[in-house]
Amino acid sequence: MDDTLPGIRPRPSLWRRLDAAFRHGFPAGATALLLLLLAAPLDLPAQAELQQAVILAAVFFWSLFRPGSMPPPAVFLIGLLSDLLGLAPPGLNAVTLLIVQGLALKWRRKLVRQGFLVVWLAFLAVAAGAAALGWVVTSLLSWHAMPLSAAGFQFLLSACLYPALALPLTRAHRSIAAPERA
Amino acid sequence: MIRLSIPVRQAVAKLTLPVLITVAFGVMLLGKADAVLAERVRVGMGDLLAPIYGMLAEPMARLRGGVDDLRGLFALREENARLRGEVARLRRWQAVAVALEAENQELKRNLHWIPDPTASYVTARVVADAGGVYARAVLLSLGPQHRVKRGEIALDDRGLVGRITEVGARSARVLLITDINSRFPVMLQKSGARAILVGTNGPYPHLLYWPEGVTPAEGERVVTSAEAGAFPAGLPVGLVHRTAANIVEVEPFARLDRLDIVRIFDYGLHGILPPETAHSAIEASRAMAPVRTVERLR
Repeated sequence: MDDTLPGIRPRPSLWRRLDAAFRHGFPAGATALLLLLLAAPLDLPAQAELQQAVILAAVFFWSLFRPGSMPPPAVFLIGLLSDLLGLAPPGLNAVTLLIVQGLALKWRRKLVRQGFLVVWLAFLAVAAGAAALGWVVTSLLSWHAMPLSAAGFQFLLSACLYPALALPLTRAHRSIAAPERA
Repeated sequence: MIRLSIPVRQAVAKLTLPVLITVAFGVMLLGKADAVLAERVRVGMGDLLAPIYGMLAEPMARLRGGVDDLRGLFALREENARLRGEVARLRRWQAVAVALEAENQELKRNLHWIPDPTASYVTARVVADAGGVYARAVLLSLGPQHRVKRGEIALDDRGLVGRITEVGARSARVLLITDINSRFPVMLQKSGARAILVGTNGPYPHLLYWPEGVTPAEGERVVTSAEAGAFPAGLPVGLVHRTAANIVEVEPFARLDRLDIVRIFDYGLHGILPPETAHSAIEASRAMAPVRTVERLR
C-alpha cells in the first residue's frame, strides 16, 4: 500500500495485504505468464516475433506508467527466460529489455504527461533500437549475417502491436494492477 | 528485512539497473564462452517446462482439431469431390506400387540383396516452439527414461523435420531443416546429383553446390544422402522449386509450421555431430561404468 499519502485508510488486514501484493506483482507476473504461453505451439503466424513484441511492449509500458511494479530484477528475469525459451544467445533479451527500461525511466517524466501518440512514437524508436540490437548481437555472436528482413519484420510487428496492447494494459493499469485500490 | 537508511536505499535503487545491465552483458559473454553451460541451463529449462507444455498440448490439439472440423463443415461438398478424385488417382498409383513392390522383391531375391537394418524409433509430441526470431527449433516432450541421443533424426508423417541437437532428462530440442545453421547433404532423386540443403530461417531452405552440368528440375524430389554419415540415404525432404529470382529452393514435405507429433529415428549414425560436451561425456562414462566392472571381473 502506498504509505506516502496522508489520510485515513482501513487497517491492513491479511487479505488486504495479499490483495495489494497481488496487484503489485501483477505486471511482472502477467508478462512472464504471457511469455510462457506464447512459447507454446499455438500455430500462430510469426509466433517468435509476437513473443518478443509482447514482452517489449509490456516492459516499456509498465516501466513508464508503473515502474514500482516492474523492477529491474523482474525485467532481467523475464529477459533471461525469453532467451532460454528460444535459441537466442542467453542474456541478449535481458540486456535489450533492461536498456528499454532505462530509456523508459529516463523519459518517464516527459512522456507520462503526453498523449498516446507521443508515447507510441517513443515506443517506435525503442522498438527500432531493440530490433537493431538483436540483429547486431545475434549476427556478431554467430559470426553470420542474419537476414535483415527478420529484424525489420520484428520492428514492424512490435510497432503495429503496441496500440492493440496498450488498450488492455491501460485498463489493467487503472484496475487490477493498482495497489492503491486494494 | 534489512533496514537501510534513505540515501543508501536511493543509491541501491539507482545502481540496480546499470549493475543488472552489466550482469546481463556478462551472461551474454559467458554464454558465448561456455556454450556447454548455456546448453545445460537451456536443457534444464526445457526439462522443467516440457511436462507443463505437454499437459497443455492435449487440450490445445483438441481445440485446433475442433476449429479445423468447423472450417471443414463449410467446404464439405468441394472437399468430397476433391477427395473422390484423389482416391481414384491414388488407386491407380496403388496398383502401380503393388506391382513394383512385387517386382522389387523378386529382383532382390535374385540378387541376394542384404536388406538395410530397420531403424528403431520413438514418437514424441512437439510441445513448444523453441526457436526465436533468429532460429528455427522445436521442443519435444519425452518420457523420463527415453533413449533419445543427439544426432538422431526427426521425421513427421510426410518427411524430414530436423535433427536432435540438445537432449535433457524429459525433453529434447530439434533443430529444423529451415534453421539458418542447418546444412546437410541431399540427393536430387531423378538426376542422382548431390547437393547441400541450406536453411535460411525462411520457410523454404535453399539448394546449393550441385555439380556442374546438372540443373535441378522444378518439382524434382529431394531426398537425404548418406554422405558424411549423418543421414541414411533416401529420406524424403521436399520438392525443388525455382523462384522468380532463379534461386533454387526446396519446399519441405514436412509441415514445419504446424508440427504436432514427430518420430525420432535412431539410425546409429554419428557423422558431423558437434564434439561431445563435458556433460554428455560424464553421462556416457557413467553408463559405461557397469560394463567396465564386468570386464574387470572377467
